[in-house]
Amino acid sequence: AAGMFLRLLSDVRWRATNPKWRRMTCSQRSTSSTAEPHPVSLPAQAQVVICGGGIMGTSVAYHLSKMGWKDIVLLEQGRLAAGTTRFCAGIVSTARHISIELKMADYSNKLYQQLEQETGVKTGYVKTGSISLAQTQDRLISLKRIASSLNVMGIPCEIITPKQVAQLHPLINIHDLVGAMYVPEDALVSSANVSLALATAASRNGVQIHERTSVSHVSVQKGRVTGVETDRGQIQCQYFVNCAGQWAYELGHSGEESVNIPLHACEHFYLLTHPLKEPLASNLPTIVDPDGRIYIRNWQGGILSGGFEKNPKPLFTEGRNQLEIQNLQEDWDHFEPLLSALLRRMPDLEALQIMQLVNCPESFTPDMRCILGESPAVRGYFVLAGMNSAGISYGGGAGKYLAEWMVNGYPSENVWPLDLKRFGTLQSSRTFLRHRVMEVMPLMCDLKVPRWDFQTGRQLRTSPLYDRLDAQGARWMEKHGFERVKYFVPPGKDLLDLDQSKTFYKPDWFDIVGSEVKCCKEAVCVIDMSSFTKFEISSTGDQALESLQYLFSNDLDVPVGHVVHTGMLNEKGGYENDCSIARLSKRSFFMISPTDQQVHCWAWLKNRLPDDSNLTMEDVTWKYTALNLIGPRAVDVLSELSYAPITPEHFPSLFCKEMSVGYANGIRVMSITHTGEPGFMLYIPIEYALHVYNEVMNMGQKYGIRNAGYYALRSLRIEKFFAFWGQDLDAFTTPMECGREFQVKLEKGMQFVGQEALLEQKQNGVYKRFTMFILEDHDTDMDLWPWWGEPIFRNGRYVGKTTSSAYSYTLERHVCLGFVQHFDEKTGEELVVTTDFINQGEYEIDIAGQRFQAKAKLYPFSSLFTHRRRKDEVELSGYQRE
Amino acid sequence: FYLTPPQVNSILKANEYSFKVPEFDGKNVSSVLGFDSNQLPANAPIEDRRSAATCLQTRGMLLGVFDGHAGCACAQAVSERLFYYIAVSLLPHETLLEIENAVESGRALLPILQWHKHPNDYFSKEASKLYFNSLRTYWQELIDLNSGETTDVKEALINAFKRLDSDISLEAQVGDPNSFLNYLVLRVAFSGATACVAHVDGVDLHIANTGDSRAMLGVQEEDGSWSAVNLSYDHNAQNEHEVERVKMEHPKSEEKSLVKQDRLLGLLMPFRAFGDVKFKWSIELQKRVVESGPDQLNDNEYTKFIPPNYHTPPYLTAEPEVIHHRLRPQDKFLVLATDGLWETMHRQDVARIVGEYLTGVHHQQPIAVGGYKVTLGQMHGLLTERRAKISSVFEDQNAATHLIRHAVGNNEFGTVDHERLSKMLSLPEELARMYRDDITIIVVQFNSHVIGACQNED
Repeated sequence: AAGMFLRLLSDVRWRATNPKWRRMTCSQRSTSSTAEPHPVSLPAQAQVVICGGGIMGTSVAYHLSKMGWKDIVLLEQGRLAAGTTRFCAGIVSTARHISIELKMADYSNKLYQQLEQETGVKTGYVKTGSISLAQTQDRLISLKRIASSLNVMGIPCEIITPKQVAQLHPLINIHDLVGAMYVPEDALVSSANVSLALATAASRNGVQIHERTSVSHVSVQKGRVTGVETDRGQIQCQYFVNCAGQWAYELGHSGEESVNIPLHACEHFYLLTHPLKEPLASNLPTIVDPDGRIYIRNWQGGILSGGFEKNPKPLFTEGRNQLEIQNLQEDWDHFEPLLSALLRRMPDLEALQIMQLVNCPESFTPDMRCILGESPAVRGYFVLAGMNSAGISYGGGAGKYLAEWMVNGYPSENVWPLDLKRFGTLQSSRTFLRHRVMEVMPLMCDLKVPRWDFQTGRQLRTSPLYDRLDAQGARWMEKHGFERVKYFVPPGKDLLDLDQSKTFYKPDWFDIVGSEVKCCKEAVCVIDMSSFTKFEISSTGDQALESLQYLFSNDLDVPVGHVVHTGMLNEKGGYENDCSIARLSKRSFFMISPTDQQVHCWAWLKNRLPDDSNLTMEDVTWKYTALNLIGPRAVDVLSELSYAPITPEHFPSLFCKEMSVGYANGIRVMSITHTGEPGFMLYIPIEYALHVYNEVMNMGQKYGIRNAGYYALRSLRIEKFFAFWGQDLDAFTTPMECGREFQVKLEKGMQFVGQEALLEQKQNGVYKRFTMFILEDHDTDMDLWPWWGEPIFRNGRYVGKTTSSAYSYTLERHVCLGFVQHFDEKTGEELVVTTDFINQGEYEIDIAGQRFQAKAKLYPFSSLFTHRRRKDEVELSGYQRE
Repeated sequence: FYLTPPQVNSILKANEYSFKVPEFDGKNVSSVLGFDSNQLPANAPIEDRRSAATCLQTRGMLLGVFDGHAGCACAQAVSERLFYYIAVSLLPHETLLEIENAVESGRALLPILQWHKHPNDYFSKEASKLYFNSLRTYWQELIDLNSGETTDVKEALINAFKRLDSDISLEAQVGDPNSFLNYLVLRVAFSGATACVAHVDGVDLHIANTGDSRAMLGVQEEDGSWSAVNLSYDHNAQNEHEVERVKMEHPKSEEKSLVKQDRLLGLLMPFRAFGDVKFKWSIELQKRVVESGPDQLNDNEYTKFIPPNYHTPPYLTAEPEVIHHRLRPQDKFLVLATDGLWETMHRQDVARIVGEYLTGVHHQQPIAVGGYKVTLGQMHGLLTERRAKISSVFEDQNAATHLIRHAVGNNEFGTVDHERLSKMLSLPEELARMYRDDITIIVVQFNSHVIGACQNED
């Protein structure tokens, strides 16, 4: 068996210029590992230490050294590219669902293509193209969505018929296919050789590479990396990069200061065969058959075929286990469904002789996306791991982004979907990871439909009202481990049908959410929004105010009791967070941020607030249950429950007051709703949650109160053109670009982060503009629904992508939100986007290849709504006087 | 509410236990390869008990299932004590003397049994002294009675059963100064338990049964198919001989009232049982014990209640029916199970499911291609064949668990239906007992090689 693997590596022509290193690597095939002396001693210090000599570690080293960082040491416990990287199937595929992943894969492909020329190391790069097959119409829709994304990025790609598939690949049985996607520039490489090529180039640039050196732990002082401890001595360093692959979790937890890297290994199998009688051409396209859960590529005249089975075998749950490593054997019975799928796809292979079934563990993450970025707990501790078996596709791009992050402070693209800080310690339980990756691995091949939820690892964080809401028909989704209600199934509805609403078309909850929205518009609804991240920041003197004024763009020096919507911006003026801050007293502030900001926002503030014992920040997320009373009747319910006047004169918009609700005192009431509808947020100490909820529901009965969920909220906020951080806003979006100039106080009398960038934008204009689109000729019942990531076309030319969408029950139309850019027709250069540019275009939104006319708007229909609301308020005050 | 397959598995596997007879020099010389056992509760707490032990001073292995009723106290006591009574009954005179001398002089006692217990199978610490004293009295009597003959297993089993039941009865009549123990012995006596016990020694298999649990032998026919052989008779109203026996033991005037609605005196399902002194003691004795007993007992309507038409006690006995069977190479396994299993499954199905499970396990040896020339098509054929055999076996490493999975989850086509399984296992406590009974199963696997060799020697 071992001989075969060596052959995978056999065509490496070693031409490293560093003679010391050559000596080391030449002996890497020697059989006796113990006798071999370590030729070079470790340096005492370095700027960067990278742990892991697989594709990730070498790619990070390559890019760092290219960007000018030279003082880098790469440590590999065994030999370079000898772990998962060596066993990798070597398929470079750009067909990815998420835009950032697509960009990484595209970059990797281009990098590998010229790598051989650059380094002289043979990488085995062959541009074969890839064909993704669809056995069902839904699968074809999914492929068409990807094709749309690839096309607007300039990556050649087309949807082809089964007949065309047969022309491209002689062995494929096309009888059960409805179509396919062809990406002609996808490629095959020898991943081990790519890794060695990257290492060679890095080494030429001065990176020191040491094999057979294991990192035992990372030393940390005052929250910063200070060095690493290895089995061959200590190295002092400022930066540590954990590229330890499936061992990254263990390594993260080996130090005194734990760095949680949530990933878990699963066994992964693929088959190698002897050559066919007539050996397969080396440029034959790679086949991906997601409905059969397999991929098939040509390999030395034969084939290599593996897949993602429904019943994965997780391993190393208890850490590195010698027994499990030894037991990594071919498991043919386990492979049987995949072999069946292979023979169904290529029946002529029956007579082909088996060479081997390879078992190579791959690491998977809780949300199927890789993990990249700096630890929130330890500064200078970077991570790149958890590739969900797409390591070779992402390797180049991921290494580049991480290097940019380290050198420049932030990568050149928004990598939030991959950021380590999207996870917290709550995802670090081994049981959670084991269960979740068993769900994630099969998902690699499952249809990605809008609004699907993970089934495992649920009910971890819940509101105290969970059981009450559940009993009333709540259907749940999860965000950052927190259960949130999607909608409430009315009694008598068929439950099973609703749970299986996996579709690209109109979902079966359409009417349910519609009635919740209607109730929000006309009466009053209550939505449990406890998952939102809540911090309290206070100080003995003016430190809190001063620090926050510097860190936030809006003016926070407002009278006590006022609530301010503000961005937490980076130097470039981009949103690191979008939050609401209430001034509780002269010296203390209550801050509400999106749910998934819990780790990121904490780390951002911790790193920037002055180290002053008189200034304290506390995460109080768990202390409060948040109820959103939303709708024109919210004010009646609240005033009846509190015996306090809640008229606009007493309780204007964006106001915060502690008051009693029912028997419970100390409820923090804010006149905000996050949707633009009238209403209140109630922040309730958790032990009062049930009481207040009961009181609200009882009192609300006569006003027609009912429960509502996040789908209703989403529809409301999107039709009101409210941008949400994490969906519409990210670190590359400024307030100026999304019509939020009013939330920036450039003249608040003191400097704040991002001010200069915003000033410049104010003077010179913006290069993208957040725009609202109302679909015109879209049939809600018959047409595919928009989701997000759909390309936007202006006068037939691509100008940007949508970031979120929802059906507006008020407009009875679909609304998409997204960013419009202005590319010069000849040069492609980005130009300033003006209001006229937006208003004077004909727009189309591309949903899975089908274009729908859309009307662009830069401002919401707010006048219409506010008018009606004022009328209500007049009536209301009249009613109260009676 | 829906249980995921891992949740179902964790419920099913919570009580599973496996024991493999250790090998010496790579050889297992015992006729038993090992056993798998498991329990699935329906009552809360479960009223079934199970025991397994190897006799250390004589040869052989003891296995038993005990189905309690009116509480679990009696089943618990029997599960702790019965095997000691059997082991002592089997001991030769010299060994008994040796043990008695050791106790007398305070020396270390020869171990009599090696228990094979699941962590949930507990022994009562408080009662151990009391139980020990009763047992010692028994062996002292056996020493006095020394007949000089070698012990007959059948007789030993019958004696042990009867003696334990009479000790239970006696302890309740005498009481105990410790109020906890006093209440305990009364609860043991007033509740009941059936017992089905196997004693395996070489090719000699004895089944001693009291009540409606059942022992069944799994036999593999020459064509590879599976058949079931009953090694016990149910002691209930469906058994004509048993009804006949009860009628014989009481005057003709009671004939009509003895068995009503298929129950003894219209009350009790099993016709033989340990404990249940309400069916054994005279009315006067019952009243006296209850009145002098602790308040809890006195307040309990059940214990105060005297069965109707109660004229000529005892109506109930713990005496077992013993069946001897000489094991043959085709006898592959023995299933001991409480009525919870037999109510839901026919023995023929039990034989087939366990048989296919046990042989399937052997087929699960992994395939390795190694240096052989194998084509994809050949491999595919081989794998499909294997999968058909092992598909349902896949999840279980324990034959008893596998059987419970089928007993609870089988649909009308005789295959396990996950949805049904999930529903049955997620029933709330108060409903569970209406859909299923406690199930306790022991599957003993025999060593055909050893059995074949023994046969040839004979």
